Amino acid sequence: MKVHIDETRCCGAGQCVLLAPEVFDQRDEDGIVVLLTPEPAPPHHPAVREAAAVCPTSAITVDEDGGGA
Amino acid sequence: MSKVETGENAHRDDERTGHDAQGPHGEVVRLPMVSPGPLEPPGAWERLRERCPVATVELPSGDRATFLSRYADVRAMLSDPRFARPAAGDDSARLSADGAGGVAADADPEYELAIPENGAPHQRWRRQVGRYFTAKRMAALRPGMTRVAESLLDEMVERGQPADLKAALGFPLPVYVICELLGAPAEERDRFSHWSDAFLNVSRFTQEETRAAFGEFAAYMRDLVAAKRAEPGEDLLSMLIVEGAALPEEERLTDAELLATGMGLLVAGHETTANMIGKMVALLLSDRDRWERLLRDPSLIRTAVEEVLRFDANLGGFGIRRYLSEDLDLDGKVLPRGTTVCCGMSSANRDERVFTDADEMDLARSPNPHLTFGAGPHSCLGQALARTELHVVLEVLLRRLPTLELAVPTGELRKVEGLLVGGLREVPVRW
Ligand code: HEM
Ligand code: SF4
Repeated sequence: MKVHIDETRCCGAGQCVLLAPEVFDQRDEDGIVVLLTPEPAPPHHPAVREAAAVCPTSAITVDEDGGGA
Repeated sequence: MSKVETGENAHRDDERTGHDAQGPHGEVVRLPMVSPGPLEPPGAWERLRERCPVATVELPSGDRATFLSRYADVRAMLSDPRFARPAAGDDSARLSADGAGGVAADADPEYELAIPENGAPHQRWRRQVGRYFTAKRMAALRPGMTRVAESLLDEMVERGQPADLKAALGFPLPVYVICELLGAPAEERDRFSHWSDAFLNVSRFTQEETRAAFGEFAAYMRDLVAAKRAEPGEDLLSMLIVEGAALPEEERLTDAELLATGMGLLVAGHETTANMIGKMVALLLSDRDRWERLLRDPSLIRTAVEEVLRFDANLGGFGIRRYLSEDLDLDGKVLPRGTTVCCGMSSANRDERVFTDADEMDLARSPNPHLTFGAGPHSCLGQALARTELHVVLEVLLRRLPTLELAVPTGELRKVEGLLVGGLREVPVRW
């Protein structure tokens, strides 16, 4: 799985950080999303999919076939 | 320039609501639509989604607007950065003819707040203010919030049963939280409650009282901003001031913007959350199995709160509005410039195209991309805070009052006839 984020869309709602803190964080300056692990390990995949689905600005996209894991 | 939009309690002409939406042709649908029960959705939503996803509707003012009922359309509309909320001075449809909607219903220059409405200036404001609402900061606020919720509940229990959970917990908690956020002393809570009430309860306050409250609150915030400049604390206003000092002059929030931000947060964050707390408890208690399931497995609190947010059919009868500043092509149908669009988030939340068994409440539903906080660049700034408040309330109630139940049959719950934020007038409970 490979995760992409689009900072220009993100509104800093923090849903992704609540769901998958191992994969997403928020910048201290403006609350905008930071991708910690672009290729998260399989145990995190469900949470990442959920984060992508509920992100209010559709700033997270998931490429299921990308990456090693 | 705009105000933060929310509000409730306009007098509503009940005869206007006696009409239900009709089929795809002919008759104009009137907003707000009628529901069969206090917690149930209007039957018209499903028909509109099926047959007339882009419907012409009539508002209580008599003005016409366009109502979107499908998830995909609502989400696309809200995510479109070109469009913003109706503002004073545009020719958007009015909700009420006589300005009876309260501070936030129809844009009114008298109550305008200096918050940038759209585009880059709005994004700059969002990013500075939004910084305060990160998931981490919310986690840090949680213990304090839990203590407040517990003590409010203790007071309720002491006064005896039955009690109104909305008055005892739903209404005060969000005011406490906002005072804390703004760094206003705890003694000011009652004044904040009064101001918030006077802005939104047009049935209880005259226009003069509303105007007086607005003036008082603005004066109070002006002093508060000055006090934070002199002696910054740990709060949101101080954070904006201290960190603003490091920014180039043109990016810093002005005093007018700081004041407007403080006022806007109370208007946007009080009534909405207070009502949601009441509706959440009512929805969960209206079917005992839901409550029992949460008692058995409190790890469901997070998904249960999201499902309550999705399922709530009482968000206010007009959805979120957008004013079309240019023509918009929607599924091959052109909506002309000047149209006011009502985005039916609650109808979208029941769209079978997106949610399996959309009319069933599934406390474990996941993912749950509901639109109750909107979507796109304007999606609720305070949503992490609102979620934290809802989690805390539910967690404390399950732990402290597991035997909680509604003190009246569900059908007897009474709705507030809000222009923008819907809810229940009271939530009578026993334990
Ligand atoms: C359950 C409670 C709440 C609900 C249902 C709710 C809902 C919404 C919705 C639907 C919007 C989008 C309006 C639009 O797109 O035009 C919004 C915007 C906003 N909300 Fe909330 N809200 C809640 C609680 C809060 C809280 C607690 C705060 C802050 C203390 C807050 C602050 C705001 C602000 C400032 C905006 C304007 C954002 C912008 O235009 O960029 N809300 N809210
Ligand atoms: S959920 Fe979306 S909008 Fe919110 S912080 Fe994460 S990426 Fe940004």
